[in-house]
This record gives sequence, C-alpha cells and structure tokens, in this order.
Amino acid sequence: MPEWLRRFLLIDLIQGMLVTFRTQHPKYINTEQYPEERPRVAERYRGAPRLNINPENGETLCIACDLCAIACPENLIVVGSVRNPETRRKELTTFTYDLSRCMFCGLCEDACPVDALELTQDFELASFTREGQIWDRQMLEEGPRPSPYR
Amino acid sequence: MADTFLDAQELVLNMGPQHPSTHGVLRVILKLDGEKVLGTECVIGYLHRGVEKIAEHRTYAQFAPYVDRMDYISAVSNGLGYCLAVEKLLNAEAPPRARAVRVILTELNRIASHLLWLGTHALDIGAITPLFYTFREREEILAIFENYCGARLTTHAFRIGGLQYETYSGFEEQVKRFCDTFPAHVDEYETLLTGNPIWRDRLIGVGLLTAEQCKDYGVTGPVLRAAGVAWDLRKAQPYSGYEQYEFEVPTRSGGDTYDRYLVRIEEMRQSVRIIRQAVERIPEGAIMAKGMKVIKPPVGEAYVSIEAPKGELGYFIVSDGSIHPYRVRVRPPSFLNLQALEVMAKGSLVADVVAIIGTIDIVLGEVDR
Ligand code: SF4
Ligand code: SF4
Repeated sequence: MPEWLRRFLLIDLIQGMLVTFRTQHPKYINTEQYPEERPRVAERYRGAPRLNINPENGETLCIACDLCAIACPENLIVVGSVRNPETRRKELTTFTYDLSRCMFCGLCEDACPVDALELTQDFELASFTREGQIWDRQMLEEGPRPSPYR
Repeated sequence: MADTFLDAQELVLNMGPQHPSTHGVLRVILKLDGEKVLGTECVIGYLHRGVEKIAEHRTYAQFAPYVDRMDYISAVSNGLGYCLAVEKLLNAEAPPRARAVRVILTELNRIASHLLWLGTHALDIGAITPLFYTFREREEILAIFENYCGARLTTHAFRIGGLQYETYSGFEEQVKRFCDTFPAHVDEYETLLTGNPIWRDRLIGVGLLTAEQCKDYGVTGPVLRAAGVAWDLRKAQPYSGYEQYEFEVPTRSGGDTYDRYLVRIEEMRQSVRIIRQAVERIPEGAIMAKGMKVIKPPVGEAYVSIEAPKGELGYFIVSDGSIHPYRVRVRPPSFLNLQALEVMAKGSLVADVVAIIGTIDIVLGEVDR
C-alpha cells in the first residue's frame, strides 16, 4: 500500500487503537488493589529484619559473634554482649538495628553463621518518628510495635 | 548574534531541575530565540552522593550494593561490571554456571531498562499508552529478580567471584515463559509507535548525531549504533561468556531519534535471543569461585568495561593490597552521552529538547554518582 494511502486511511492509527481495545478485556487487568489485597512477595524477599529465637525454649539463636555488624556497609548494627563467667561464652544483651539507614542489601544475613538474623517478607516499615526506625532486640524478635501518631 | 531573528532578544530559560521530562534532577539552561534553541548548558550534580569516595571506606564486598544505586534502572549490569573488575584484580573467574545465570539476569535487565526508557520516552513525546504496556512486561522481569535475589530494583544480585543465591525452582520455566510471550509484546509497541504519523513526525530528523560526533564526544551504546557504528562490547571484547551466544548487533545509519528508537527495539529482540540460548543450557556446578571468603587483591589496577543498556560502563579499580579499594573510578555511559546534548539540541525547537533528552536515555543517579 502506498504511503500516502496509509496516511489518508489512518491505517497505523487504527491498528494502534485495536491494540488498545484488545487489552480492555477484564482478564488483562494488572492493577493491584494494594491495601485490600496484599501482594505476595517472593520467598527470598529482603524486608524487615528479624532476630530468630529457638521456638522450644525462647532463647535467642544469636551467639553475639558480631559478624553481621562487621559485614554491614552502613555500620548500623550494634551488638551488645557480656561474657558469662561460668560457661565462658558470650551472651547477647542488646541488639540495635537502625532501619532508617538500612539498604536491605542482605550482607548481614549472609554473614550470620547461625542464621539468627534474617530479612523477612514483611515490607511495611513506615513509622511516625525517626526513633521508631531504630529497632531494639525486643522489636527484632517479636516484630514492630505499633507506634501511635502524636 | 548573527542568527537571531530580526531584533528579537536572546532569552535564557531554565529547564529543570524539577521538570518531568528531564528524567531526574537535571537542569538545562536553554538559550532561546523564540522557539529556537541557540545553545544548551547542563547543570548536573544535584544527585551527587560521592559513590567513588564511599568506595575507599568500604571493603570490596561491602561496596557492591552501592554500585546498584548509580544506574538504578539497570542495577544488575552495574553489579556485573563491578564484580568483573574485582575478579580481574583477583585474577579469578566465576564458574560457568554463575556466568550463564549472570548473562540471563543482565540481559533481562537490559530489556527492563529499555522498556522503562521506551515508556517514559513515549510519554515525553505525548504517547501515554505504551507506558502501561511496557511497565506490564517490566513487572514480569522484576518478579524474576525478586524471586531470584529478593529485591526488585537495587538487586545486589551478584557477588565477587560468582553468585550468592542458587536459582530458585522454576527459574528456567519463568524465564522461558517470559521469552515466549515477550516478542509479541514488542510487536505491540511497534504497532503503537513505529508507523504512527505523530511519532514519526516528532522523531525523524530530530537530534541528529553523526558517527564522527559520537566518537568525538565518547558516546557509546544505542546512540552510537544508531549512527551506524556496530560497536558492542559484548561482541568486541566478550566478557562473562558472551562469545558462546549468537546474536546480532542492530545498527541504523540515520543517527536521529527515530533510529535510536528502532535500535533499542531491535536490541530487546536480540536480548530475548541471548536469554533463550543461555537458559537452554545452564551448566551444572558451583556458583562461587574458590577462595572468595576474604577479598584482598594484590597491589595493582584493573579496568573492565561492559556493555550496559546505556553504553559502555567501565570500572577502574586501584588496589593497594588491603581489603579496601584505594580508588574506584566509574565510567558511566549516561554522563558521557549527556555531553552530546549540546550538539544535538542546537538549532532545534524547545519541544524537541524534551525528545532529545529522552533519546539519550540518561539516569541522573549515574550522571551525578
Ligand atoms: S541489609 Fe545491608 S545495610 Fe541493612 S543491616 Fe544488613 S548489611 Fe547493613
Ligand atoms: S552474625 Fe548472627 S550470630 Fe553473629 S551477632 Fe549477628 S545475628 Fe548474632
């Protein structure tokens, strides 16, 4: 077909419109209704951190080896520990994780020798204050506490 | 000035830094005579984070997540370039399985980057529809990334010496399914745009850049190939096992915005071809080279460049024998391609400047670093 006839009959325009109309069918809807329908994130998703505890006795799995804090590029993990004089092992006392500076690279998770620190599938991390972004040991073990708006 | 119209005065106008079509925080100072552009000047640096300086205070492994944040549209390519550079310093090589998976993910990333470019570029020109379709397909790619490494945009998918994560079950199927459906979608974009009279009128002959000018300014990537130079680092100096795959380097001779559009469309098709070949035969075996627990390269320097979606992406690393790099220098494709804006925009209309900025395909995170 000569170019001028194509132009005159608006062939290209009509073909484009056809593509648009074909995708009007309800089975092609791709929009996620987010707050109503929660998306399913991947199994390996790197989201909110969690400090795993032994489900049987509730003790932390962390051996306070400090490897995660060394591996982190942003230096945002602080591991506090005391040496138990009887068993001569280090025991975890505090664990702070500054989520506001975390870039979820996963290096801390990879470094942990006992899989105590884990990045979970939880992706809703908003909080009203900056302090609310600094997670302590209790929050890391039990999940975030809801923070009211002041 | 001789070429001003009658007694009209030269008008200086700021475009950006908060302009929707500058794709980030780019400020372009336009010198105008009415609608005609007499000259442009780019002001960059609004997104400067000092990434190269940060590298000097991080270990080699710790710096890897930062490179994702330069060109965040093609984070996987950035990661590959950095890992290859450090591996060259270490004189190590990733195992074959890791290389094949790297090729698959990088090519998927090239498609994702071109899709985002196509959607936003069409949006700048005034075609809204393609954006929704390109993002629909980009979503499938991001789902593969998320399943593989747990992040969608700043993936941190590769580690120095290979891969951290083994492929998930169903990886091959998901990639193959994408390869089967995607070429039909590319045809869809072409139906919407290639023949469209408005699209053609807005793009043909706009932002001309000859091969000579490309070489003068160090412009690489699709912009160079649209000017007729078949220069692709995947062919010219193959890395990560690209020599095993059959593909063509699409070129055009016009060097205008329309040709650059066609080159990128064809590149997406070629990427699908590479992914198909790679996913058919992912070798078995280890995914991590031996001895990568502590990364402490010998004294020396290395430069590795790869073909990122936007052009030649190079990493120059100097090692002083410690666990921290002494110096990391990045050769970002967007930064050098942006230099050509001045020649491309001179003499065009204001509305074409938007098209020209779009066609260079810049990411300001990479320009400013
Ligand atoms: S995910 Fe990365 S940035 Fe965040 S705490 Fe772990 S190592 Fe640090
Ligand atoms: S690396 Fe694991 S075990 Fe060691 S301090 Fe961190 S969380 Fe605890």
